[in-house]
Amino acid sequence: MLRNFAEYLVYDVIHLEYSSRLADALVFFIYDTIKIFLLLSVIIFVVSIIRSYFPPEKTKRILSHKKEFIGNILAALLGIVTPFCSCSAVPLFIGFVEAGVPLGVTFSFLISSPMVNEVAVVLLFGLFGWKVTAIYIGAGLCVAILGGFIIGRLKLEKWVEEYVYKFHNGSQYEILKQSFRERLQYAKDNTIDILKRVWLYILIAIGIGGFIHGYVPEDFLVHYAGKGNFFAVPVAVLIGVPLYSNAAGVIPIVYALMEKGLSMGTVLAFMMAVTALSLPEMIILRKVLKIPLLCVFAGIMTVTIIAVGYLFNAIL
Amino acid sequence: MEIKVLGPGCPNCQMLEETVKKAVKELGIDAKVEKITDMFEIMKHTMSTPGLVINGKLKHAGRPLPNLEKVKEMIRQETV
Repeated sequence: MLRNFAEYLVYDVIHLEYSSRLADALVFFIYDTIKIFLLLSVIIFVVSIIRSYFPPEKTKRILSHKKEFIGNILAALLGIVTPFCSCSAVPLFIGFVEAGVPLGVTFSFLISSPMVNEVAVVLLFGLFGWKVTAIYIGAGLCVAILGGFIIGRLKLEKWVEEYVYKFHNGSQYEILKQSFRERLQYAKDNTIDILKRVWLYILIAIGIGGFIHGYVPEDFLVHYAGKGNFFAVPVAVLIGVPLYSNAAGVIPIVYALMEKGLSMGTVLAFMMAVTALSLPEMIILRKVLKIPLLCVFAGIMTVTIIAVGYLFNAIL
Repeated sequence: MEIKVLGPGCPNCQMLEETVKKAVKELGIDAKVEKITDMFEIMKHTMSTPGLVINGKLKHAGRPLPNLEKVKEMIRQETV
């Protein structure tokens, strides 16, 4: 139905020549745009409603004094639904530590939250299909669980800034009570808020898909960075680490790289490196973590993401 | 009336502060708007920034930011 609508627009409203290259590309562009924005609106709305039941205050309570590993798994999963932007990373971190959430468990949360979220999921699904999406979510969760678990095992509490341990507010925050109606309103506001921030990136991504597709030779980069090249994954990850973007911002690049022949594992590892690790986030986290811990964090993340990249390349 | 905007200084916090100042001006009430960046002070109220505290009461925390109308309503609720 969407497809028919897109064809109607291109052939009957704009009157392009039937089945010309430009017309095909335009149909594809309109169809994908409508499809992805519909998906995004519905899924962000639904996730927002779920989110409203998991404010950070509650997540903190759930994770407080949890055993390792189980705590890491829970934290990675809660990272998907708990609302959190990188500028509240510091109060969030302090709040978690204060409530007795183990350090490694806190890290699992901090890793999963920016990497696996509804925007990333919808975009991957809309552009690459179920298989890639499922693998990305699974791998993202594994990186978060594993990374947090290792950090927990290394017992690095001494490298957390001392003042963090001086917070004692009794962790009795009031959670703003919401009626279901207010939750729906929140979900609506949140959906509009997110769409406003990401729409341009998404149009660019779809545009790349619609127009560059067919014009640029597909194996353009294969020679340099294809599956056969052992260094493709580490190089992609090392380039991605200092770059900073949310999942939506990196999608156009991801799409372009894939169109030009980079393998799936390399591209997804690149995407994880960009979303999960960044210089600005490090600078924010520096307020609560000492430099050695930051380095350990970055190191472990880099290594696990590279491992995941190789794994993808091997199985896809 | 005492209004506090809580936030370590990210763009969202600045946006909320501007909205609050505008709301106070348009409502024409006598209120002191204060920006709180001290982490100890912020953490007394919430973990999600930006936060909005009116007369010691937490009215909003986190994203998405409340718009001008909502902020006005929150202020009105506390005026009575």
